[in-house]
Amino acid sequence: MTAPDHVVGVGVDLLADAIEAQAVDVTRVDWRPPMPGTEAGLATVAADPRRRAANEEAVARMLRVQAMLVDVGPASAILGLEPGHFLHAGPPITWDRASGPLRGALMGAAALEGLVDDPEDAGPLFERGQHVSLEPCHHRGAVGPMAGVVTPSMWMFVLEDPDTGARTHCTLNEGLGKVLRYGAYAPEVLDRLRWMAGVLGPLLQAAVRSSGPVDVTGILTQMLQMGDEAHNRNRAGTLMLMRDLAPALVSAAADAGFTTDDVADALRFVGGNDHFFLNLAMPACKLALDAARDIPGSTMVVAMARNGTDFGIQVSGTGDEWFTGPAQLADGLFLGDYGPDDANPDIGDSAITETAGIGGFAMATAPAIVRLVGGSVPDALATTRRMHEITLAENPRWSVPVLEFQGVPTGIDVTRVCRTGVLPQINTGMAGRVAGVGQVGAGLVTPPAEVFPTALARLAELAAAAD
Amino acid sequence: MTEHVELRHGAYADSVTLLQVSRTVQDEAGVVAAQVAMATPLNLEVLAGMGFTVPAAAPDDLVVALRLDESAELDSVLAAVDAALSRSTAPSGGTTEHAPPRTTATALRLAPQALVLVSVPGAHALVEAVDALDAGSDVMVFSDNVPLAQEVALKRMASERHLLVMGPDCGTAVVGGLGLGFANVTSPGPVGIVAASGTGCQQLLALLDHAGVGVSSALGVGGRDLSAEVRGLSTRTALTRLDADPGVELIVLVSKPPASDVAAEIEEYADSLATPVELALLGPGQPDLTAAAESVLRRLDRDVPAWPVTGSADAPLLPDGSILRGLFVGGTLCEESRLIAGELLGADRVDLVDFGADELTGGRAHPMIDPTLRLEQLSRAAADVRTGVVLLDVVLGHGAEPDPSALLAPAVTAAERPVVVSVVGTAHDPQDLDRQVRILAEAGAEVHLSNATATRRAVELLGGGR
Repeated sequence: MTAPDHVVGVGVDLLADAIEAQAVDVTRVDWRPPMPGTEAGLATVAADPRRRAANEEAVARMLRVQAMLVDVGPASAILGLEPGHFLHAGPPITWDRASGPLRGALMGAAALEGLVDDPEDAGPLFERGQHVSLEPCHHRGAVGPMAGVVTPSMWMFVLEDPDTGARTHCTLNEGLGKVLRYGAYAPEVLDRLRWMAGVLGPLLQAAVRSSGPVDVTGILTQMLQMGDEAHNRNRAGTLMLMRDLAPALVSAAADAGFTTDDVADALRFVGGNDHFFLNLAMPACKLALDAARDIPGSTMVVAMARNGTDFGIQVSGTGDEWFTGPAQLADGLFLGDYGPDDANPDIGDSAITETAGIGGFAMATAPAIVRLVGGSVPDALATTRRMHEITLAENPRWSVPVLEFQGVPTGIDVTRVCRTGVLPQINTGMAGRVAGVGQVGAGLVTPPAEVFPTALARLAELAAAAD
Repeated sequence: MTEHVELRHGAYADSVTLLQVSRTVQDEAGVVAAQVAMATPLNLEVLAGMGFTVPAAAPDDLVVALRLDESAELDSVLAAVDAALSRSTAPSGGTTEHAPPRTTATALRLAPQALVLVSVPGAHALVEAVDALDAGSDVMVFSDNVPLAQEVALKRMASERHLLVMGPDCGTAVVGGLGLGFANVTSPGPVGIVAASGTGCQQLLALLDHAGVGVSSALGVGGRDLSAEVRGLSTRTALTRLDADPGVELIVLVSKPPASDVAAEIEEYADSLATPVELALLGPGQPDLTAAAESVLRRLDRDVPAWPVTGSADAPLLPDGSILRGLFVGGTLCEESRLIAGELLGADRVDLVDFGADELTGGRAHPMIDPTLRLEQLSRAAADVRTGVVLLDVVLGHGAEPDPSALLAPAVTAAERPVVVSVVGTAHDPQDLDRQVRILAEAGAEVHLSNATATRRAVELLGGGR
């Protein structure tokens, strides 16, 4: 046997010193005890004979997915939503526990659908709950940013993986400031949504149908090399989408019954909304992660989502079960005169981007926005490196130039979060806590730590049962 | 006199680091006693023994316990505690952008193919070791207190993947000349060792080195590997590896007393290998380690030397001194002495303690690193008039205390009765074997290289050896 030329030492430094004294390199692990109460569960799951192959399979399935934008259409047609049916972000919630921005968005959407004339009158409708129902976007193959409210008349992107035919969906992005997804419901908010359903959606539909599918995963690959992390910065992605769709949009408009002014309005709206591509990045991430669902023994997180009250995660090996804890307040910068007291706890399905390895996980590639979320460039590099501690793989398609083109940290592993106490880093917008206010800031947030030990305990229970 | 006891939640440092911190703080002016340790049951017992009252604590809490005289300022001593702790836990250079890896899995991404050495507390060892197996690396688990069921699970996983788990509770290994854990410095040579016994392996290394025979690899497999539960899973892999090494002419398998049916299975497996295997399985009626070393030398056609003895146990036996008190840091050495002395003197005249046993190391460094508990016990043994002869072992090599005789010699002299010591080490060990032997001999001990001859001599001094 030949002597190893490198040793990894975890534990007592003295033993590593003794090896270095024999002129062999040692990489020392900065080991610390795991999250309290996880010791036994970690051992059980580590010893689960299904775990390694299950996680390899989860990562492979996820990385195989190609997300193509194949269609645009109203939620009534695409998801079969009926009047009175409301989708929302995050894990399941009822009106009585809903936060201000979710209530505001539901109230605005009720008016948009004609269930009430004035959004302010919608409260009793939801309190009685007789003619309305709430359901998470995630349960219907969709994701929604912030409040994530989807109703039948809203238009949605349809993304498809050509290999499997699997699909995911997301509404069209309304822009920043006073918008429904941040809980605003003023008349101009509803007017904008009506224009999106009447002009923007049908124009995009005509363009996509005439140009053929748009490779969303491919745009993500490029935008990550252009300073976007695809959660709080989507500028390059938005412009590339325009580049791909504008010619078809111009040529198909007339046949679809739209004027050149409509086309100009649509292009101005998309070009003027740096976040337009977010609503394609999110369903692309969900499409990839959905492929990794339901693999027995896998400890990979397949969804992180917040409804403004609860933060929930779903894990491949535990099916559709949500593990929830209280949504946290983001730490960051505020718009205008707003301050921490004005902010609602974390909300939105957009943490699906972090779950897929971008957003906060790819912070190193987006130095332009580190100040927006209250950080520095070294922080951004450190954040992406730190996320490799809790992930199973690197994504070879999505790479970060400044980190020597290292792939983004991919596939959050529940066990590694419990072992290191390192929590997933999420970039997020902040909604006002009062219904109707809209966006008040942007910042950084993490899940409540306890959701990971809870998920681990369930994984351990299932591992023991499978033994 | 002031006492100060505080718990720090979420603070963690390994037992060796905390030993160094405790020693540093003890040297501060006005400090009568200081103990900075994790709140494991054993450490809480030690703290109680020192007279401290510790509030309810969990094993992950850090306890800072101080006893100060009038000249000391509590604040300045606490500042010294913090300074010592932060010195020991500061990352070894680099910026926050390049934080050190937090798990073995991450470290292996930076250094693929590396051998992994795990020495975290036993309850956490499996998880780190599995990281190694997942990455296709062999792993040595130095940690003790690993549950038996976890050992079995880990070794099954390794066996399926043709990977080697050395341990748990593997104190010693030499892999292609690289010493891991408490390994002695050996020359390359024709012998390969598989050891379900750390200090048993070190005894063989020491004796063969004295006889001029080198050892190319010594693969520890953990003391329970030949138990009825583990069934030699790692022993088989280790034997296979050494059999495939063209440099190994003779394999020695050394073990604490094995389960008899497992011993038979392994013997059968050993017979199927191309390389001859010398079995040194301790047990009643079986050859001791020294006899096994002699047998190895004969199989290699080498001369068997006289095993060195230095000094003499001159102190007279006390009138009531009839008991052999053995205080060991080496588990297998203790076991060997128990077998030899028990047969010659009868079990009721033999009182041997293994300070490396799991129950005496929870949250504490191994006695080869931290001699405190054994030194305390030695003074108690010396105060007991029934103690006839004191038998000690000193184990040298990488990782062990830099100068063990320095602390032991005054206690040997103070014992004022015959003291026999086996000093297990090789000529090139960092502690300087000759010097360690000389210091103990000058303190009045009779020093042997062979633990078996040391034990027989102690029995003889007690008038045993029927």
